[in-house]
Parts: sequence; structure tokens; C-alpha cells
Amino acid sequence: MRALAVKILLWGYAAFSMAPLLVMVLSSLRPTSEIFDQPLGRPTGFGNYVKAWTDASFSTYVVNSAVVVVCAVLLGAGVSLLAAYPLGRREFRGRSMFAAYFISGMTLPAHLGVLPLFYLLESMGLVDSLTGLVLIYAAGSVPFNVFVLTAFFRQLPHELDEAAALDGAGPFATFWHVMLPLVRPALATVVVFQFVPIWNDFFYPLVLMRDESKLTLPVGLTHFFGQFQNDWGTLFAGLVMTTIPLVVLFVLATRQIVAGLTAGMNR
Amino acid sequence: MALGARRGSSYLFLIPALLLYSAFVVYPLFTGLTYSFFSWKGTLRDGFAGVDNYAGLLSGTFLDQLLPALGHNFLLFAGTMLVQNTLGLAFAVALSRVRRGKRALQTMFALPYLVNPLVIGYLWTLLLSPTFGPVNSLLKPLGLAMPWLGDPQTALPTVIVITTWQWVGFPMLLFSAALSGIPPEYGEAARTDGAGSWQVFWRITLPLLKPAMATVTILSFIGSMGTFALVYALGGSNGAPAGATDVLGLLFYRTAFASGDVNALGTSSALAVFMFTFIFGSTLLLERVLRRKA
Repeated sequence: MRALAVKILLWGYAAFSMAPLLVMVLSSLRPTSEIFDQPLGRPTGFGNYVKAWTDASFSTYVVNSAVVVVCAVLLGAGVSLLAAYPLGRREFRGRSMFAAYFISGMTLPAHLGVLPLFYLLESMGLVDSLTGLVLIYAAGSVPFNVFVLTAFFRQLPHELDEAAALDGAGPFATFWHVMLPLVRPALATVVVFQFVPIWNDFFYPLVLMRDESKLTLPVGLTHFFGQFQNDWGTLFAGLVMTTIPLVVLFVLATRQIVAGLTAGMNR
Repeated sequence: MALGARRGSSYLFLIPALLLYSAFVVYPLFTGLTYSFFSWKGTLRDGFAGVDNYAGLLSGTFLDQLLPALGHNFLLFAGTMLVQNTLGLAFAVALSRVRRGKRALQTMFALPYLVNPLVIGYLWTLLLSPTFGPVNSLLKPLGLAMPWLGDPQTALPTVIVITTWQWVGFPMLLFSAALSGIPPEYGEAARTDGAGSWQVFWRITLPLLKPAMATVTILSFIGSMGTFALVYALGGSNGAPAGATDVLGLLFYRTAFASGDVNALGTSSALAVFMFTFIFGSTLLLERVLRRKA
């Protein structure tokens, strides 16, 4: 009896948890007039997506977001990878100080520096530019990236550097030919983990971006909701399009996420 | 050749990350701190102001916004603890007794937290719409249809429900992990001594979950204090209706970018420093209190 009650409760909540997302997807496939007539009903077609993509400049937002995320993640991962190599594997003066300097950034509330950041970018002519966003996101990803990658470099076997040195490889050759292929799994973790917050970030573009043609998805979404207020079908389609890349990423990368988390924790 | 023979090259590896991180993270944060000690005329620095900007936060008109906003952050935290984290714990305990479909259930509970808070906010605005929203059309036969987000009385509780819906999977997963670390022998031993399942839960399971509870509490606190995108989507930058959902994040945004005050830079920088000190200090305090024995 009790086991049955627990089961009903759990599956009941699961239904509550999924229902809003289902309504979102189903409604995105129905014309607005039908949604107003009957809030729940059968899907009919992809018209709303076409409309959101072309009439509501979703194509622009998606492309901008994709460009920013890809560039920021690559830049952030690249510079962090370079820094994590000596921090994790080499002896030099000030090593622990540098490591602490980078990693302390994980506890700093970066949003609070937004005003000086605004004026800094303004002086560089980078307000209202995607490059500015890329630099902010890449810089913001450095603490976490350095933390994970340093831990990963540290646990690679020591014989590797010695063997490379015996073969006459300098630090750059060792890094490029020996280390880089080995850190690929950690690199995947870092990329996946930075993708989501950057894709979702709303605050920096809200403050920095004005030009409609340079908006990324989140701020684009706020404009879109103002413009299409009464066109619910299109609104739902926009919400789905903002969400789908993350769901796809999670489905594809579940293994990297789990592997990366445990690698970061246990060492 | 000895390891690290060419030590200088280590610094070369560090340079790109150092430049990027120092320029766009560290420098703005510390400059922001200094901004708060000057008075400003637009973007021009006017003169050293000591703690005037901080005193300004406590002046009548500003305090009238600051206190309610702070209060709403605290109510969000309290609501999150009471509703979201209690439910999360209950689900974790219930799931530990389920054999079939456990993974599927966990995934479904956790799925909403993959979604952008802004999307969640807009989605629920539509779902809860008084005219065409499906929620009210379901509640109408029960006589419970009402403008959930439009009424100052129900707006903040509604925000708590939406937050819970999005995040409940997170305490659930943390508690599930902690529960699976408790050896089943503990409960079995107590049961052979005649303890009922409630007693086992209160006396054995719950005390062993303390570290997980501390983690959940601290993360919920930080999350509740920093909330921004969700409330922005639900009530705009003024925390509609009638400021009922105004929070610190929105207040900071308005002060910095939408107040029209000549000293906006000074006031908002002081507010930012106050928020940081307050949140960071409270987190440290929580950490000490909650982890005293663990």
C-alpha cells in the first residue's frame, strides 16, 4: 500500500515537472488562435518556427549567440590550457601564488564589476560589440578552467615529461605533442561546463548591447516578447529554440560531464 | 635534461590567461570598489566622497527600495528552504526506496534546471496568464482561477513555486548522493532494536544528512540572493506588480543603468560592494554555523 502511494506521488510530481515543458513544445506547434481557443490540444505544424526565425530575427540572435559561445569557450579554454600546464606540471617561483590568483576568481562575484567593465570596453571601442562579450566570457571562464585543467595535468604520469625531455623536446613541444592529446577529456568537460552559462547569460548583454543586429538570444528574447506579445504560438516557438541547444548538448555530453566532475573531485 | 630546466618559459605559458583575467575580471572588480568612494557627475569623477555613497544607501528614499528588495530576497530564501529543499529531501528519500524507473524519475525532476531562467520566466508568464493561460483554465472549475503574477499578494509566493519547480532536482540529486553513502546496516540495526521507520529517519538518517543540508542551504542562499533573470522575465526591471517581486539584483540594475541620478555610478557601486560584503559575509557565517560539528 505505502509503496504504491510513494510511487503515485513520485510519478505525479514527475508529470508536474514535465507538463510545462510539454505544453511549451506542443503550443509551439499550434497556431495562436487555436491556443487561445483551447489552451491544450494537438500540434499542427511548424509555422511558428518559420515566423520566429524570419520575422522576429531569431536567425540573427541564434547566430550571434553561437558565434559568441564558440569563440568565448575556445579562447577561454585555450588560454587556461596554456596556464594550467606549468601550474600543474612545472616547478617555478610563484607557482602556488599564481594558482591562487586564478582560482580565487571562482568565488568573486564578477557581476559587481560591471560598471568599470562597461567603461573599460567603452575606452576600447568594444561596447555593443560581440568581441567585447567574447572577451568578458572568456576571461570569466578562466578560474574554473584553470582549476579543472591544473588538477588534470597534475595527475598525468611524471615519466611523460622526462621521456619527452630525453628526446630533446622543449616545453612547447612537450605541451603540444605530449600533453595536449592527453588532456582532451578534461578539455571536453571545460567546454561543456562553460557552454551553458555563456549561452544563458542575460546580464552582460543587457547592459552592454544596444544594436538589434548584435543581440544574443537572451536579450533578443526580451525584445521578442515585447514585439510579439499576443502571438503566443510564435512566443512558444522562440522559447523552444532557445532551449533546444542545451538539451542537445546534455544528451550528447552526459558522459563527459560525469567523467569531468569525478575527475575534478577525486584527485 | 632536468625537469623545468628552462623555467622562464613557464611564465610565457601564463601570460595570455593572466592578461585576459586581470583585465576583464580582476581590474573591474577592484575599480568598482574604488568607484564607491567617489562622488560622480555622470561618468566624470567629482571628488573623494568617503562613505557618503554608503550613507546614501541608508537615506530615506533609497532605503524605501532597499529594505523591501532585501526582504524579498530573504523570503525567496525562506521559501526555497521550506518548499524546494524539503521536497527535494522527501523525493530523495522516496526515490531511495524505488527500484524501477529511478533514473527516469530523477531525469524528469531535474530537467527544468537545464532551461534558461529567462525562458522559465517567460514560459510561466504565458502559462499563468489570467486570460488565455492553461493553468487558470484548469483551475477555473475549482474556483481557483486568479492573476497569480498580477496580484501583489500572490506574486512572490508564485515566484517561489516557479523557482521550486525549476530547481527541486538539485537538492534531490545532492540528497540522493548523500543517502546512498549511508550504510544500510545503520537502519537495520535500529529496526532490530524496535525503532519504527519515522524514528530511523529522524534519529539516524537526518543527522547523517547534515553535511548535505549545509551544502544545500548555502547554495540556496547564494542563489536566492543573486536571483535576476527569472524575476526580470516575470515582473520586468521594476519587480511588478507594484514592486512585489523587486529584489537586490533588479535594484542594482535600475540604480546603475536606469535611475537618471547624476551620482548613479557612486550609489550603484556602493550598493554592489554592500551586496557582495553582505552575501559573502553571510555565506561565511552560514558555513561556520552549519558545519560546526561536521
